[in-house]
This record gives sequence, C-alpha cells and structure tokens, in this order.
Amino acid sequence: MTPSPSPPAPAQPALGVRATARIRATRAGGATALPTLAGDGPFDLRRARPHGDQARVCILGAMSAPLGGDRLRIEATVDHGAHLHITTAAATIALRGPTDEHATYDVHLTAAEHASLQWLPQPLISAARSNLRQTCTIDLAPTARLLLREQVVLGRVGEPPGRLATRLTVHRDGRPLLDQHTMYGPGAPGWDGPAIAAGHRAIGQILIVDPALDQQPPHASLFGDDPAAGQAVLTPLAGPAVLITALASDTLHLHRLLNAARPLP
Amino acid sequence: MNRAALLVLADGRFPAGGHAHSGGAEEAVTAGRVRDVAGLEEFCRGRLHTSGLVAAGLAAAAAAGYEPLLLEEAADARTASPALRHTSRRLGRQLLRAARSAWPCAELEALAAARPRGAHQPVVLGLAARCAGLMPLDAAYAAAYESIGGPVTATVRLLRLDPFDATAVLARLAADLDHVAAAAAEAAQRIHADGPAALPAGSAPLLDIAAEQHATRAARLFAS
Amino acid sequence: MHLQHSDTFPDGHPHGSGGSSGERPGGRHRALRIGLGGPVGSGKTATVAALCRTLREELSIAVVTNDIYTREDAEFLLREAVLPAERITAVQTGACPHTAIRDDISANLEAVEDLEDHLGTLDLILIESGGDNLTATFSKGLVDAQIFVIDVAGGDDIPRKGGPGVTTSDLLVINKTDLAPHVGADLQAMARDAEAQRDRLPTVLTAVKTPGGIIPVADWIRARLADWTAHAA
Repeated sequence: MTPSPSPPAPAQPALGVRATARIRATRAGGATALPTLAGDGPFDLRRARPHGDQARVCILGAMSAPLGGDRLRIEATVDHGAHLHITTAAATIALRGPTDEHATYDVHLTAAEHASLQWLPQPLISAARSNLRQTCTIDLAPTARLLLREQVVLGRVGEPPGRLATRLTVHRDGRPLLDQHTMYGPGAPGWDGPAIAAGHRAIGQILIVDPALDQQPPHASLFGDDPAAGQAVLTPLAGPAVLITALASDTLHLHRLLNAARPLP
Repeated sequence: MNRAALLVLADGRFPAGGHAHSGGAEEAVTAGRVRDVAGLEEFCRGRLHTSGLVAAGLAAAAAAGYEPLLLEEAADARTASPALRHTSRRLGRQLLRAARSAWPCAELEALAAARPRGAHQPVVLGLAARCAGLMPLDAAYAAAYESIGGPVTATVRLLRLDPFDATAVLARLAADLDHVAAAAAEAAQRIHADGPAALPAGSAPLLDIAAEQHATRAARLFAS
Repeated sequence: MHLQHSDTFPDGHPHGSGGSSGERPGGRHRALRIGLGGPVGSGKTATVAALCRTLREELSIAVVTNDIYTREDAEFLLREAVLPAERITAVQTGACPHTAIRDDISANLEAVEDLEDHLGTLDLILIESGGDNLTATFSKGLVDAQIFVIDVAGGDDIPRKGGPGVTTSDLLVINKTDLAPHVGADLQAMARDAEAQRDRLPTVLTAVKTPGGIIPVADWIRARLADWTAHAA
C-alpha cells in the first residue's frame, strides 16, 4: 500500500463560506481610532459617524448568510481607554443553504481596561430548516464596560424555526461572569414547552457590565403585564452586571419589553 | 465504589429540603403554562435538558474532584436569576447538612467551612456523591433525576394529578435522563483540560423569568 | 394535671451537623426549641403570640412559622407586634406541613440557624407548625419539646381519639375552654380522656386569649428552660 503524500484533509463542508472580519479600536488623543477594519466574505464593514470619543462601525451583509456549511467569525478588540459601538445594517437570516450541515457564526469581543464596547446587532432570524450554531465569547478587563443586545426570531412569519444554538460566554478579569447556552427548534428537547419558550417567537437579551454596578446593584424586576404578548426580567448577575431577558410573541412586543426594561440610545 | 449509595442520595425522602421546592413548576402552574400531564412532561423535558443538564455537569465535575469553589463560580455564571442562585445555595446548605451526617468526609467539611451560607446544590451533590464513593456519572444521574423528580412531585400536589400518570412521565423521560447524565459526565471528563467552560451551560428563558415571578408571589405553597 | 416532666430532652448526640445537638457550630450553647402543633384553628398562633407577650421581657425569643400557603401566620405575629420583625421568620412547606417538621426538617433548621446567626444568643425559639391533622409531630432533630394545641370547639372527643399529637406531645393544651358552654363540650371528660391517653404527660385546660390564660403554658416553658439550662451546664 502506497503511503499517501499528505494526510487526508479533515472533513470540510462541501460548500460554504469561510470568513473572518476583524475590528480593532484604539485610543487616539480624545477620540477612538480604528487601525483595523477588515471585512471578509459576507461582512462589509463601514465606519459610521463617531459619537463623541466613541467610534462606530456598521456591519453590512454583502450576501445572504449564514447558510449551512458557512464558517463565519467576527473579532472585535477594544484597546485601553477606547470606545467602540458596533451594529448591523439589517437582520441576519440563517438559511438552510446547499447542505444540511450546520453553519457557525462566532463573535469574539475583547475590551481592555477603561474601554467600552457596545454590541447592538439587528435581530437574528432562524428560518425553517436552517441550522446555525452561534457563539458570542466576550473577555472584559476589570474596568471595561459592555452593552450587548441580542435578539432572536424563531422562524419567519408562518414557518417553524430551524435549529439554533447560541452560547453566550462572558469572562471578566478571567473569571466566568455569564455562560448561557440556548437551543431552539428541531432537536432541542422541550424548546417550545412551558420551561423554555412556550410559544413565544421573539427572544431578546440585554447585558450590561459596568464596574459602577458594584456600588448600586439593581434589584431583580419584571416587565410585561400580558404574558401572552411577552414578559421580561431584569436580573443582577453575580458580579457588576445585569442581564435583561425578554420573551415575546413578535419583534414589536420584544422591542417594547426591552425598551421598558432598559431604553437604549 | 459503592453504587447502592446512589439510591440513598437520589431518594426523594433524603432529608435535604427538596420537598418544599417545585423547581419552577408552581409558577408554571400558576401562570397556566402547565395544566395537565402533557404540559408537565414538556416542562420536565425542557428543564432536564437545560438546568438539569447544567446541574448534572456541575455535580459530575465535583464528584470527579474538581475544585468546588471554581465550580461555584461556574454555577453562578450559569444561573442568571438571583432567585435561582439563592434557592440553589439554600438547597446546597440543607443538602450539606444531611450529607455530612450520612457520609462524613473532610471535603464536605471544607466546603461547609468555606461556604457557611451554602454552596450551590449541584456542587454539594457532586461532592456528597464523591464522599459516598460514587462515580461522576452517578452524581450526574442524581442531579438530572432531581431536576425532574421535584417538579413532578410538586405538580401532583398542585394539580391533583393522578400519581400514576405523573410517575409515567418520569419513566418516559428515562432515555432523556440517560442522555443528559452521559453528556454531563463526558463534559466533566474534559474539565481538567478545558476548565469549567467545558461544562454544559443550558439556559431556559422562562425558568429565569418564572423564578423571579414566583419569588414575588405572596401566596405560594413551595419555596421555589 | 401536673407540670413536672424532666425527661423531655433527647440525648445530646455529639454529631454537630444534625439537629439534635445541644450546640451551635463553634460550640456555643443554642436556644431551647419548642414546637407548637395542632389542627387548623385550634389557636397555635394565638398561643405563640401570647407566649411572646408574656415572656419577651425575661427571655430572648424568636419564632419560626410554617405557613401552609401564605405568610399569614408570620404576618399576624408581625401585625400584632409581639416581637420585632427580625425575630420572626417563615418557611414554606411545599403543601406538606408535617414533612417540614418531621421527615425533612432542613428548612426549619436553616431558619433556626439563621435566627441565631442574626440575633446572637437566644433563649427560646418557638416553631409553629402549619395547621395539620392529629398525626403531626415534630422531629427530635428539630425541637427539644413539643406542645400540641387542640380546642374544645373542635369536638370534645379529640382527646379520647388520641393520635400521636395528643398522646406523645410534651404538653397538651386544650384551648378555648371559655367556649365550652357554647359548644356543649364536657371539659371534665376531655381532661379525663387526655390523662388516660397521655400516660403521665401534662395537660393544660385554658383559654390563651383570656387574661392570664397563657400563664400555665408560659410556666411550663420556664420549667423546660430551667431544665435545658441545667442540662447544658
């Protein structure tokens, strides 16, 4: 038997995009500069008008993504004392694509001492028969501040959702602050039952990490008078952070709940 | 190894305070989300694969000898609701009392000294399993089973369900229990190499919302 | 009726983690714990309130209530201001009040420990069970002695029927004797039946809400406390 000249290639998705977009924000005088702003594949990065000393970046989806088999990644780093705001121009729609294989969409955010980062993308829509594994991994220095909002829509109008798994992992000063893995759609046992989503199709979270919350830890509070339309809870975490979790019948009610719990700029 | 100790640890009559807790079932019943046996089964399935899996992973890791105080941090990060963190620590404190009598052991004493107000219940459960001579998989089974046994017992009382129907729910979830316990034990094997991030972090939005809602109710039968 | 009964206390087992130890963690002497059980409406909460009013000047007291559904008993005691709020705590019992005082006493022990941690040295902790039936009794791991409260309006045949609460409690209180003429209860028969059921354990016939009505119960507790203090010394 003839030895093969190279080891067999690891199993690759037959089709699918591999792309990593990179953003780096640094402090430059009284402002924040963006020495790295590198789009890739479906990610087209645009510099938006700064807001005081905060730089702003908008991610434009240059093609429909993520599709099954895609391997997408966004890395954003905020250096010491810099302030960065990132949003997306439109909702992200996970679609089935040419293969049944799952897509991955990994977001890795890092904020150094005295830096602030706002990650406020438009909703992610899990279309029928899509299969997406999303991770959002965040590393914060002790004095860094974070504002994150994630919204998920389970299925387009009148269709069931695809498979959607999202892991949100936040470390502060190297210690775990928040670690949540949510799974919806086919293959996620009990996902639409009374413990998890119970018929709601729009789910959102706002996470605020701010050392100032150590001085004034908020109390847990509830929002939403009509459980059928939606409910939200604001929960102080075991650290200087609060998490707002909202469940609603649709995005309209979700926005109302999230705004009631924490109006965003 | 002493497998029979698992029967003692997982027995619903083990005096560790669980009888006064519904695992979120009381709020689900009060809110009208669980009305019958079918609703109870879906509730249990969702809880088992989220907070049950998390508890099983933490318990397996503690049983494998991983540092309990690091698991405490991991449990906090996996428990967004302060009401659920409070409940977990209360139950952990009560379990610690019972376990120290049942299986006296230096590791349980050390945890009691380090956390006089209570450690997270799954961490205590795993350590108790370790002190009882059980394996990480056994601890995962105990935690996973408890995550649905409590809600089933509570719902029998709350909705006056036929107890045979309710027990059949548990029996039907046996394969899910096998799966969850195996996944938890497998994750715990990776913790020494990969740290607590290797452990499951399943999250259920309604369990968090319901736990805080329940904590505000003036009239309730169960503590959680 | 007789109030002497010094054989009330379980052996002080040396295991620190269980409930029947005479010591708190750290070796400090713990408070005497008295359980109060009995059917719904027999006057358990009224007895606790009257005991607090009578004994609070001479003893450092705290109360644990085992409310069945609400915090009603705890809130009654708060409303009546029988003790400062920090001395009253409530535990939930998961629809099984007898489990919380007998089979799985964890939540009650935790409440007791928390009171002692927050309030410092206490002399007496009263643990009131949720209203239950005639079989409810307290674990020796939770209390040092238990009082069972029944009332004449509940039927003058209760002492004759017996049951663990009537036969084994360390003190049986037959309450609301002032109602006996109105409900046609035969107090002498109740006292006779109780004596027959209870071997030599003491029984008190009284009306705790009437002036001085709590005195025999308070005196019995003072005697238990004297025994407890001597026992621990």
